Amino acid sequence: MSMIFGVPLAVLSGQLLIGIINGAFYALLSLGLAVIFGLLKIINFAHGAMYMLGAMVTVLMFNALGVNYWVALFMAPLLVGAFGVVIEYFLLRRIAGQDHIYSLLLTFGVALIIQGVLINWFGVSGLRYTMPDMFKGGINLGFMFMPYYRAWVIVAALLVCFGTWFVIEKTKLGAYLRAGTEDSQLMQGFGINVPLLISLTYGFGVALAAFAGVLAAPIYSVTPVMGSTTLIVVFAVVVIGGMGSIGGAIITGILMGVIEGLTKTFYPPASSAVIFLVMVLVLMFRPSGLFGKEA
Amino acid sequence: MDQSAKIADIHKSIVKEQAAQERKRLMLNAGLLLLLLAAPFAIYPVFLMKILCFALFAVAFNLLFGFTGLLSFGHAAFLAAGGYTTGYLLSNYSGLSTELGIIAGTLAATFLGFGFALLSIRRQGIYFAMVTLALAQLVFFFFVQSEFTGGEDGMHGIPRGHLLGVIDLENNLSMYYFVLAVFIGCYLLVQRIVSSPYGQVLKAIKQNEPRAVSLGYNVDRYKVLAFVISAALAGLAGSMKSVVFQLASLNDAHWHMSGEVILMTLVGGMGTLLGPVIGATFVVNIEYHLSQGPLRDWVDPILGGVFVITVLAFRSGIVGEIQKFIRKNIG
Repeated sequence: MSMIFGVPLAVLSGQLLIGIINGAFYALLSLGLAVIFGLLKIINFAHGAMYMLGAMVTVLMFNALGVNYWVALFMAPLLVGAFGVVIEYFLLRRIAGQDHIYSLLLTFGVALIIQGVLINWFGVSGLRYTMPDMFKGGINLGFMFMPYYRAWVIVAALLVCFGTWFVIEKTKLGAYLRAGTEDSQLMQGFGINVPLLISLTYGFGVALAAFAGVLAAPIYSVTPVMGSTTLIVVFAVVVIGGMGSIGGAIITGILMGVIEGLTKTFYPPASSAVIFLVMVLVLMFRPSGLFGKEA
Repeated sequence: MDQSAKIADIHKSIVKEQAAQERKRLMLNAGLLLLLLAAPFAIYPVFLMKILCFALFAVAFNLLFGFTGLLSFGHAAFLAAGGYTTGYLLSNYSGLSTELGIIAGTLAATFLGFGFALLSIRRQGIYFAMVTLALAQLVFFFFVQSEFTGGEDGMHGIPRGHLLGVIDLENNLSMYYFVLAVFIGCYLLVQRIVSSPYGQVLKAIKQNEPRAVSLGYNVDRYKVLAFVISAALAGLAGSMKSVVFQLASLNDAHWHMSGEVILMTLVGGMGTLLGPVIGATFVVNIEYHLSQGPLRDWVDPILGGVFVITVLAFRSGIVGEIQKFIRKNIG
């Protein structure tokens, strides 16, 4: 068997694959954070909770109503997104115009409530979700085995990331969004319903997190606490990529997943810390992040 | 009356008013002191010490958040660094007198704080919060992996030892008065810092940083110093906590702890001296009493609710709202 730096190729490529998949989740999650932050200047501390809600809703809909994976892929983000709109409308809107710090604290409180309530209902042990039949099995690529589902996760995440980037940066709707947050009074004067736009943006960012949650349900253990540790990693990813840069969030997310996977192969004890180490390095040499514009 | 006499008059009335305020504050502080001195005869001392340790933690945090305007989401790292260092030294060097262990813990947190500050101080607002959060997470993983912390199990059976080699701290009352003395010393220190010219510069930075820069202040240096002092006091709180409970665990390093100290400060009243103390008392009591009753599984969501309500409805906190009320209705 061929070896690279004393590690079998199959092990290396396996870890690399896991890294890319984790990276796809980081990319989706940090993209949602970047959309919410870049357009609304809200740091969404409830993002991890929304990711978890997406996965929980998927499992619960399946267990209670037999809703299948493909419907959940559509329904869960919709439901969680609607929940996000409610939160924006009743809570976040009231502190608009205050220091941004308060939006962080408010969403932190919301995250504590959501997570705490679900822990009480379902406990912290994982719920089981069986993978749809068509994803069972995989394909042998010669140097490694590629499960179908993992390939699908990568494709789906990349498609959604690219689509979001395209809509915000390249279409008229995206232009409205960016203009509406830049100068809301002017846009209001042009007859655009800016408060609605803001609610929908928050809902959309949150829906992205829920989408990641649905993708995660068949491969990660679904528990009420699954979002809280992931969130901190994603924060670090966002800092590395540069706050508010949408393209930066996507690229950095995948990159960090790969780096994490490589670390797991060559020096396992550092694997959970390596992203934070990268963040420290980036902060020292490029304080505004790899893709950030902020001075 | 000519101009200068008028000014002298105004000046005199201001001085008078300040003196009156100073008297009021002295009386309030004296009352509180008496209360704290008598408290261990009515309430279980270990519970009181828990409140005092968290109150010190919150006071330290508030120096940075309330008075300098920097929201650190990583203060758990300092609490844990202090606790682990002190715990390790006292457990492994049996001849060491307790205060030396506590001083060492405080120093460890101070250096860690300096490192954090160098990396984060140029970031503003929420960027600052996220950077400190991520740095603290790095520290958390370090503590998880290190052998000296006992990893997931934590450090148990830390001996309380003797203060100055003489006073036996196994006695809860002597331990309590020691913690109280340290707490009061730190409280007065923060009070002094805040009212000093240095504290005024911190407030100026909080209100308007570009203005402070254009007035010629080296803002970064002021902020770094504030961060280091805050980290040191947080570490001291952690050191004392590990001695009081004879225990240091990963709970103290977890980012939930960083969130909890924010909650304490916010609920009590950020930017006030007494606020964090009241807030810590409030939160520790809520946690304790809820955990005794039928709602014991609902502590986290209830604290989350307190967070949301505080941010939405009374951002100036308990002490801040009382001050507002007094100003409006009594003069």
